[in-house]
Amino acid sequence: MSTVPHDQVAGHDDHHDHHHPSGILRWLTTTNHKDIGTLYLWFSFTMFIVGGVMALTIRAELFRPGLQVIDPEFFNSMTTLHGLIMVFGAIMPAAVGFANWMIPLLIGAPDMAFARMNNWSFWLLPPAGILLMTSLFLPGGAPGTGWTLYPPLSTQMPMGMDFVIFAVHIMGASSIMGSINIITTILNLRAPGMTLMRMPMFCWTWLITAYLLVAVMPVLAGAVTMILTDRHFGTSFFNAAGGGDPVLFQHIFWFFGHPEVYIIILPAFGIISQIIPTFSRKPLFGYASMVYATAGIAIVSFIVWAHHMFTTGMPAVGLLFFMYATMLVAVPTGVKVFNWLATMWKGSMTFEAPMLFAIGFLFLFTLGGFTGLILSISPVDFQVHDTYYVVAHFHYVMVAGSLFAFFGGVYYWIPKWTGTMYDERLAQIHFWASLVTFNVAFFPQHFLGLAGMPRRIPDYAQQFADWNAVSSVGAFGFGISQLVFLWAVLKCIRGRGEHAPAKPWEGADTLEWTVPSPAPYHTFETPPVIK
Amino acid sequence: MIRNPRLRAAAAALMTAVVTAMPAIAHAQTSDTPSGRAWWFQDPVTSIARQQINLHNYILLVCLIIFVGVFGVMFYSIFKHRKSVGHQAAQFHENTVVEIVWTVIPFLILVFMAYPATKTILFYKDTTAPELTIKVTGYQWKWGYDYVQDGFGFFSTLATPLAQREDRAPKNPNYLLEVDNPLVVPVDTKIRVLVTAADVLHAWWVPAFGIKQDAIPGFVRDVWFRADKVGIYRGQCAELCGKEHGFMPIVVEVKSKDDYAKWSADQKSKVAAVADDPNKKWSVEELSARGQGVYTANCVACHQANGRGVPNAFPALDASKVVRGPAADHVAIVLHGKQGTAMPSFAQLSDVDVAAVVTYERNAWSNKTGDAVQPADIQAARKR
Repeated sequence: MSTVPHDQVAGHDDHHDHHHPSGILRWLTTTNHKDIGTLYLWFSFTMFIVGGVMALTIRAELFRPGLQVIDPEFFNSMTTLHGLIMVFGAIMPAAVGFANWMIPLLIGAPDMAFARMNNWSFWLLPPAGILLMTSLFLPGGAPGTGWTLYPPLSTQMPMGMDFVIFAVHIMGASSIMGSINIITTILNLRAPGMTLMRMPMFCWTWLITAYLLVAVMPVLAGAVTMILTDRHFGTSFFNAAGGGDPVLFQHIFWFFGHPEVYIIILPAFGIISQIIPTFSRKPLFGYASMVYATAGIAIVSFIVWAHHMFTTGMPAVGLLFFMYATMLVAVPTGVKVFNWLATMWKGSMTFEAPMLFAIGFLFLFTLGGFTGLILSISPVDFQVHDTYYVVAHFHYVMVAGSLFAFFGGVYYWIPKWTGTMYDERLAQIHFWASLVTFNVAFFPQHFLGLAGMPRRIPDYAQQFADWNAVSSVGAFGFGISQLVFLWAVLKCIRGRGEHAPAKPWEGADTLEWTVPSPAPYHTFETPPVIK
Repeated sequence: MIRNPRLRAAAAALMTAVVTAMPAIAHAQTSDTPSGRAWWFQDPVTSIARQQINLHNYILLVCLIIFVGVFGVMFYSIFKHRKSVGHQAAQFHENTVVEIVWTVIPFLILVFMAYPATKTILFYKDTTAPELTIKVTGYQWKWGYDYVQDGFGFFSTLATPLAQREDRAPKNPNYLLEVDNPLVVPVDTKIRVLVTAADVLHAWWVPAFGIKQDAIPGFVRDVWFRADKVGIYRGQCAELCGKEHGFMPIVVEVKSKDDYAKWSADQKSKVAAVADDPNKKWSVEELSARGQGVYTANCVACHQANGRGVPNAFPALDASKVVRGPAADHVAIVLHGKQGTAMPSFAQLSDVDVAAVVTYERNAWSNKTGDAVQPADIQAARKR
């Protein structure tokens, strides 16, 4: 995409302060995008493990019919926290971690536009995570409403619900500040010569994601605040007896919730758009179309929210509109899949771990997209809404989609971050084990949904027993496979591997590969000139 | 043996997963229990359910064709366009015609999917001219069925014994899908179902009928069905409604028109027969005996059979200040619930049932108030 003269990098920190603090104080006060990216990524991995343990608790209970491990209330708490932690604590912070590390490097900027606000954006997250976890230990435990927090059940919940509301506010503030930072950085700090239509796709997808975040996080804040006032300040937003309507919450929540799922996937799309061209040794096919398709997806995402509410009893015209609009999203998404394939076509491919995860993403995310299309057909949705078919769908797009792309991104960029090549054999084991166990865990859930198993139940009828057992085995396998990832990452950080050159990937051509590996603390203090 | 270490690792992972899952898969494929297949839609007994399955199969087929086509191309490319077989990378990177083609063709495919879906939606939403109307109310955690045109109604509660749920007895084939009083309807009749809730969101769902309607407290929504086969059909609550969400199933018994007419007449005369004499004066023993039944059906889930509740979640009734205190306050909580907690109102119980359960609580376990609360007291309390 861009040719760059050499040595546009500050090789030594000499004329800047060597005097950033060390130890804990360094991490608490850092305004460096690389440090903050690292903090986000470690926070996200920790939350991933915590959320994962909750998932395994759920799957342990669901291994056989009957109640063996936990009681129904705690089961609902686990369901709720698993969702909140994975969405707000694992996937979203991971995406922001990649943004922090890579956006300045990809556009030739020395750091994010608002470096100090960047620190605050991150450090809001650990207290929010603690609030979420603390709800478990309060009288009444963590709320058991599901991550969607529907009233009147949520207005009825004990104190843990208020902690969750507070945590959601804090995480929302963090996301909004981070997004403002990303937008300003991308719009203002690109190196001379790097027009918007010449910047890497990862920057485009994050630019669009950031606008989505700024638009919808306040809506979520509004929704949970209304629950708070219904609970404690005598309002009746969601209480029919006072003139309100429980379905109002669903509208407001899903107006946030639908763009939210695109917030989760667009950064992943961006990473795939960096990896596939590199490992195909061929430019990304249809760059302009990819930009327009991403923007198209984001815009349409605002008008489809009620496909989460098909069974609430809306009139036929509503069912029709939301069905048509939701089906429409398949068009730009399909365009992106075709463009990635056209990038691979007639390339010269090699299949190191990042490429394996990208191909796995392509295959499995598309599969999840097809089940999404099936769900968008309202009459079919009447049967599978609130069943395991939906659970299967969103795990395919969020785990085999987003998470796989993020794993690919880590293997792709960790040589730059640490200066050490990751152990290819470990990474391959991680990939294949994750691929197989993921499918064992989640493919049978399509069957469970079609056969009639509802969501969010701790115990189930006899005909669901076999597939639940299979799914639980896969889930535990998937959990164990992630330890291989941790091992591979720690090996890199400890320097136990081949020393990584500035450009370990033959087909890579973006700016980050022009700086040494590991990337110096400060890079591009003088902007590179893009010809 | 496989030499390539990567391939070896992959094969090992795959074999382990397959071997572990195999027994379960084999059983699942042939499992065909009374309530349905393990891996596919339940048998449809309404036109709407049939249309849904057909729609699903059509779209799944189109998706499969596209999926196999697209990923066939991808795997071909992975094999042929590899560096290791010496393929050199081409450098083409855009083509407007191709972009237009692969935008327009999927759009057209979607139009062909949307057309039959539209017809089915309009069919599903047409609740006009029903032959029978039934009101369904979702409660935490049971269903209430009211035959509004015939003046009778009843609750439908999970009937699976606790021993089976707690692994102390073997599970019967309709485990968690059986109730004490199923909804009974006539075959070949357009039935309009009015769905609402008494407390939080629930959802009424019968897969064999193809209908699912959220139960929204304070609102009434409707849905309809016409079952074309006599039989028993089972569904579940489909909206998280608290801790017993998984334990409030729906059972519908579709009878022939004659059998339904007989059953309906039966119900109407039973209602007349069990109407309690409002002036009867009950003894503590009579009330407590009846009250224990009411307690088991309505209160045990939270307050437990031993009356000790769950610490920090549901208060104990045994040695409780409220239960041992003034009867009027005790009655008020049962009739109106307790604001800001999970204790709902039980005003839907009859005067006798409320009087009985209050009396039972006041004289059970270590509570020995000796009080007998009369149905007439409850009737008076409702008016306040």
